[in-house]
Amino acid sequence: MSAPTYDLGKLHGGLRLSGNKSESTSQSIVEIPIPDQLILPLHQHVGDPAQPIVGIGARVLKGQLIAERPDGTLGAPVHASSSGQVIAIEPWPVVRRYGDSAPCIVIQCDGKDEAIPVAETPIDYRQLAAEDLLSTIVKGGIVGLGGAVFPTAQKLMQANSCDIDYLLLNGVECESYISCDDVLMRERAGEIVSGAQILMHALQISACFIAVESDKPEAIRALADVLAKIDDERVVLRQVPTVYPSGGEDQLVQLVTNREVPSGGLPSDVGCLVQNVATAAAIHDWIVNGQPLISRVTTVTGDGVAKPVNVRARFGTTVANIVGYAGGYTDRAEQLIIGGPMTGKSVSTDDVPLVKASNCILVLSEAPSPGPELPCIRCGDCAAVCPVQLLPQQLFWYACADNETKLREFGLTDCIECGCCDLVCPSNIPLTAEFRVAKGRMRELADEKARAARARQRFEARNQRLEREHADRNAELSEQKDTAKRAGPAAIAEILKRKQQSDKDSD
Amino acid sequence: MGTAILTIAAIALLAGLGLSVAKRRLPANDDDLVEQVNDLLPQTQCAQCGYPGCRPFAAAVVSGDAKINLCPPGGDATILRLADLLGREPLPLAVSVQPLVAFIDESRCIGCTHCRNACPVDAIVGAHQLMHTILSDECTGCELCVAPCPVDCIDMKPIT
Repeated sequence: MSAPTYDLGKLHGGLRLSGNKSESTSQSIVEIPIPDQLILPLHQHVGDPAQPIVGIGARVLKGQLIAERPDGTLGAPVHASSSGQVIAIEPWPVVRRYGDSAPCIVIQCDGKDEAIPVAETPIDYRQLAAEDLLSTIVKGGIVGLGGAVFPTAQKLMQANSCDIDYLLLNGVECESYISCDDVLMRERAGEIVSGAQILMHALQISACFIAVESDKPEAIRALADVLAKIDDERVVLRQVPTVYPSGGEDQLVQLVTNREVPSGGLPSDVGCLVQNVATAAAIHDWIVNGQPLISRVTTVTGDGVAKPVNVRARFGTTVANIVGYAGGYTDRAEQLIIGGPMTGKSVSTDDVPLVKASNCILVLSEAPSPGPELPCIRCGDCAAVCPVQLLPQQLFWYACADNETKLREFGLTDCIECGCCDLVCPSNIPLTAEFRVAKGRMRELADEKARAARARQRFEARNQRLEREHADRNAELSEQKDTAKRAGPAAIAEILKRKQQSDKDSD
Repeated sequence: MGTAILTIAAIALLAGLGLSVAKRRLPANDDDLVEQVNDLLPQTQCAQCGYPGCRPFAAAVVSGDAKINLCPPGGDATILRLADLLGREPLPLAVSVQPLVAFIDESRCIGCTHCRNACPVDAIVGAHQLMHTILSDECTGCELCVAPCPVDCIDMKPIT
């Protein structure tokens, strides 16, 4: 059965990349056994780090909450991926944008994989009010598994304060090499659709699109089969063209609903909420099976691994361990990237643990050098491919000049860092890297300004307080003086006498 | 009659244009400019410029009494922004400093409140004979609390 086709919105620019996906999709998902040690970073999501609630030496069970989200902050809790003993809470090398290590809870596994008991009669989410369902989702540690790792529950809560028409499940996975969502859709289409139904209930809406790229016929077939079986007319499957970066959140909204997310806005501003298909499956696991987010499917691929494959591994398993199950490194392995080739991050060690964001472990041979960076010739190729319709050549100009006003005016904050402009630039200018740095500088400047404004406010408040205290004191003194004056010399003599008397007594 | 109206209208138009150009080219008045300069300063109130706070320094800069390179916490970035705003030549910073935050060694603090009274942004909490502590998020690193401490228990540490 093939998916019906619909009129789709158009994506500006974008690129057709070589997929390099078939290497890793030839076999089904491989389960990675429990490792000896699990290294669980406290900060695996957007927002503030989780706070550990277990101490060193504590025995923990699989699925047990070990670090919770501080109240009132953006974040997600962390659960133990297997049973064992906490042996350390210490910094460990991790994948991050800034810095190389972060505090982690290290668990020595006992191999028993003893799970925390789950309630025997699972809750039926259909009986729950939307708010109760949301507050249950909060506890599952679920974050966006497409790579952005925004806490799912908080995204839903934010969306609930807006008018939402559509839930979009993102199964586009447009970046080269990555195929974890593809195989997940092939093997767990039922759970994904169930997750979509739970999400629709939480949002109190009745329209969901599952968007899949047209180069994934098996996944489309699997989803279509499930949809035909459950006969839920609220869920509709949509094919989108194979163009990078059609899987970007705003780009997908544009493609599927033909609505444009405004600059600086969110998809909820145009009535849409986007979730990754893997996130939907994780929600099914948590709400229906009581299993919090403790593992994920990730693609291990590239010409640097012997047998590219998709694996399901527990969070905290080291990358070195996982690569071992993909046949190990080949002689050509040169660079290790966590994430895709366009948006991933290179790491210098394979001791880093698998975290919620790690959708791909990419091992590549040495990339052919793109050649030296040359001056910009203003060809405009970058503007033609930019999916956000920015003018990268102009932004580059202003980024070099550190002209914050112009960068803002030309929409640098809307750049999604997809890397299309880098690829087409005939002068080999690393545009995206420049934009990242410029964005960082803009953030720093804004922070600095906010700090200065605060310091000024406090300084002024203090001065006012001092003035007030001074005035109060003066008023008090003059009042005392007045009282004394009014009482006259007789009263003063009386007071002096009392004073002399008390001095004498104390002698 | 017609000529007179036209002449007056033309004069009014010219004067209007002249005024609008003047408004754009020249700062409106010194007070506004002082405010603009003050906005560019880091508001540490550290007095390292020799003036008793950021606004007095801004006033001195505008009146020409102070050079624009006297603000160590602002660093080169602030000098460049001031030079840009005031149309003056950028100067190298008199001394370079890195951002600092005060730290009280709580085992040595005797609770004298001297540092608390010296802090320009109320970033020190403490009462008489009780241990004091720094609100490090609010501390501007101005070092004004270091000198008054009788037991030398305040250190300035670089921000990590």
